[in-house]
Amino acid sequence: MEPIPILQVEQVSKNLGGKKILKSVSLNLNKGDLKVLIGPSGGGKSTLLQCINYLIPPDSGHIVLEGQTVSTHNKQQLFEFRQQVGMIFQDFNLFDHLNALDNVTIALRKVKKMNKTDAKQLAMIELEKVGVGDKANLYPAQLSGGQKQRVSIARALAMDPKVMLLDEPTSALDPELIGEVLAVIRNLSQGGMTMLMATHQIGFIKSLADEIVFMQEGEIIERGRPNELLSPDSGTRTADFCSKLNDLNGEVV
Amino acid sequence: MDVAFYTNQLIPALNRGLGMSLMLIIPSATGGLFFGIIIGTLRSIGHPLVRKLTNSYAILFRGTPLVVQLFVLYFGLPNLGIYLSPYAAAVIGFMLCSSAYHSEYIRGGLLSIKKGQLLAAQALGFSTVKTMVYIVIPQAIRKALPGCGNEIIYLIKYSSLAYIITCIELTGEGKIIATKYFRFTEVFLVIGLYYLILVTLTTFGLKKLEKKLYIPGFGHHH
Repeated sequence: MEPIPILQVEQVSKNLGGKKILKSVSLNLNKGDLKVLIGPSGGGKSTLLQCINYLIPPDSGHIVLEGQTVSTHNKQQLFEFRQQVGMIFQDFNLFDHLNALDNVTIALRKVKKMNKTDAKQLAMIELEKVGVGDKANLYPAQLSGGQKQRVSIARALAMDPKVMLLDEPTSALDPELIGEVLAVIRNLSQGGMTMLMATHQIGFIKSLADEIVFMQEGEIIERGRPNELLSPDSGTRTADFCSKLNDLNGEVV
Repeated sequence: MDVAFYTNQLIPALNRGLGMSLMLIIPSATGGLFFGIIIGTLRSIGHPLVRKLTNSYAILFRGTPLVVQLFVLYFGLPNLGIYLSPYAAAVIGFMLCSSAYHSEYIRGGLLSIKKGQLLAAQALGFSTVKTMVYIVIPQAIRKALPGCGNEIIYLIKYSSLAYIITCIELTGEGKIIATKYFRFTEVFLVIGLYYLILVTLTTFGLKKLEKKLYIPGFGHHH
């Protein structure tokens, strides 16, 4: 029997400004899956990720978390649902007025109502886990891009999410900082975290992704295991796209 | 120099006036800032109707002279059966005027906050109100602080208008003495000195506050 997926995206559609951004997109994530969204920009990857936790409410379709359809009518339920879905943004979106530690503790304390000592303790564990424990007292303006992104990962992890959504987490980073963030994500995946991630880091995808989901013009065009979709003679749209990416980056497939 | 005039007449009167000025300034400044934050927030993110109302309020109070506002409060309201003491009318007038200006600085501070942080807060399960209270307003206040501080300094000086509606504060006390002894220049120079000291102390306090609230990446300190 197929396991019940942790996250089900069912026929999600979204129009923005008269343009169809998502056309009935469906996909499932099983526990421990790392699925990767790739495709040209403007293809709907970001919108899909933000529709999953209703930062952008879908026009139609459902999101199902552990068999429960998310209801948007009850705000409190929506807030509780969002606590279970970690989100990582391209631009980190740390809270500028809080140091690294408080970026992690604020939601624990104000949303999860955890007491100060427990929140601090948990936050330190998460910051250590992503390798920025020594930066706990620094403010976002004092951190490098890679450090900021790792703090934002710690912030999401501290909420103990069932699923993580990562929207091009390394795209805003200088090349020499990409590795440290990917290493954290690799550890998470190997630790069993369920993740849906938009990224164009082909090497990372090849070694870690369970499935590649290729999106273009609001639709999933191809999906499959990396070794199936990425082999140069597969003739897939995905392989073609990735070889172009590699040409740009000077890598050899 | 006529020392007795200073020690027996002018200084005691001005000190009495200073007490009244402080009683006007302190509640007006804190109340003005408090309502300014609320109004600035509503002007930025309120319901469209609320936005319209609060914007109109700001236009009205920033667009008319404070003296006119005080006259309406003190001499106009009794026509509607509302009688305010000179002190109450002055404090209410200062508060209303000041919060209109504060709201403008707060609004600027709010609008300057990067939208991504709001998304991040939402994604963590923050409600709209919690996002405002814990993420947006603390940043907006820091960004608005230099402007709001400036407004408080203005308030210290325009509090002198209270004597026009017979709330005798620093300027009022001084004017009475000046008229009585016909010594306008020196009396008003001393009054000016009082205000200068008040403003200097306030500026010092605001600098301290800015320093205390300072966070790397905000404001212009280093």
